[in-house]
Amino acid sequence: MSTNSQKYRNSFLKEVEANVEEGEWVKMCMQCGVCAGSCPLGKHWDHPPQEIFMMIRAGKREEVLSSDSMWMCTSCYNCIARCPRGLPITHIMHGLAVYSKRLGLMPDNQPTAEFGQIFWDNLMKKGRVNELKMGLSMYFKDGFSQGVKNAMANQKLGQNMMKAKRMNAMEIMGGHGVKSPGDLAKIIKKAQEIEDGNIQDFS
Amino acid sequence: MAKIELSFYPGCSSQKGATSSNYLVSAQTMCEELDITLNEIPDWNCCGASIGYGGGGELPRLTLSARNIALSEEHNAGQEIVSPCAACWLNTREAKERLNEDEKMMQDANTALAEGGLRFKGEVNVRHMVEVLVEDIGFDAIKDKVKKPLEGLKIAGYVGCQTNRPFGIAGESFENPQYLDKIVEAVGADSIPTFEKKVQCCGGALAFSEPEKSQEMIHGIIEAAYDNGADMIVTPCPLCQANVEIYQDQINETYGTKFDMPVVYYSTLMSVAFGRNATDAALNGHIIKAKKLEEIASK
Ligand code: SF4
Ligand code: SF4
Repeated sequence: MSTNSQKYRNSFLKEVEANVEEGEWVKMCMQCGVCAGSCPLGKHWDHPPQEIFMMIRAGKREEVLSSDSMWMCTSCYNCIARCPRGLPITHIMHGLAVYSKRLGLMPDNQPTAEFGQIFWDNLMKKGRVNELKMGLSMYFKDGFSQGVKNAMANQKLGQNMMKAKRMNAMEIMGGHGVKSPGDLAKIIKKAQEIEDGNIQDFS
Repeated sequence: MAKIELSFYPGCSSQKGATSSNYLVSAQTMCEELDITLNEIPDWNCCGASIGYGGGGELPRLTLSARNIALSEEHNAGQEIVSPCAACWLNTREAKERLNEDEKMMQDANTALAEGGLRFKGEVNVRHMVEVLVEDIGFDAIKDKVKKPLEGLKIAGYVGCQTNRPFGIAGESFENPQYLDKIVEAVGADSIPTFEKKVQCCGGALAFSEPEKSQEMIHGIIEAAYDNGADMIVTPCPLCQANVEIYQDQINETYGTKFDMPVVYYSTLMSVAFGRNATDAALNGHIIKAKKLEEIASK
């Protein structure tokens, strides 16, 4: 390699560019702070988006990937609509979140991470979401007695929904789904394999 | 009015016994009146909503939507895909655009789809139901259909996030979209252009995982509707509708308020204004009854 093509970029930025959804955009951030000021959950974030991007550029790998911040994204796309540089911030946040999860660095018991997995497992079973089972899995994720407490606390809400026919107790028996969930599972498994194969090793 | 045929992607929450089943009923009524035929995509699957990223990676998520598009291209050939749900529309449209932009991604998605004997071409437009109303039908044609104007009703137009961003409705601003107010006016009610929370996020899926944070935002939305003198809120989004309606009891407990604000869909308003009864407008599907609409519907 000639000295002119020597690359000095820190390896965490390279890692994000290679392995995180839309990660190649991170270097385009100009630190204006519009995203941080636009984020509805901003006040709950340890590090708003532009800080995360700066930390990636500064090589703060552990700190970024173990942050709880990107799990706070509600996917409202306000930052994307406003960013003067056109960064796909929402996607980068989601990408960082799943990447931290893949590496096992995400914070323990992060409620939105847990909900995301419950949601995905639920939809993969039959190809369509079973809201009742999803709700119950969420209530009972921290064990039986906490589950009963959660269910009791939301009892009135559940009854109201049943009365309005927007929740159906029969869903527990089966519920909606695609004709052959097995075929859908095969498709998604293949997609996951391809994606896993694209991950580059930076360890 | 010319007859319109669309390939219809209803989404999970619109199914029978699910949280926005009343949206589907009123949207079908509205479409009947407007001579729009909805041909459901056979065997469609979930789009992954806004939280799917937490369990599935980028390609699996895009492939979920690519499967729906492939099914539509095969069975409802030549028809544009339309969805009434913000997340369904966003994910489907995003998948179409991302796969068309990125040859490798398109190949990968098709390799995966081949496992189920499907192929994504990505030639078909993906639109939100509201786009069809605004662009193909028009506010004047909506007005012409009104038999029972919703006179004297003040309605806060709550557009929410994902119907408004990142794609939005063509010609509308991200910060202050006007089309929902125009629909409210077209059905004979009074809009509230000063409703400052019209594009505020409701918390989306975080209503489930981080209820306190989400309910704080929902509280602000309902409070603004009251302060602007609204009789009810109208929204195009199933998740906004659910979040803003069903937690009002819990919010009242936390904040010591007495909120009792109905939250309906634009399709509910149109179904009633077009002269259909309360059942066709799915007014029975609300926890907080929209009494004033029920009165007009029974006249
Ligand atoms: S708005 Fe865009 S450019 Fe500005 S700080 Fe945020 S990501 Fe960077
Ligand atoms: S999309 Fe996520 S990061 Fe962007 S403004 Fe909304 S909540 Fe914040």
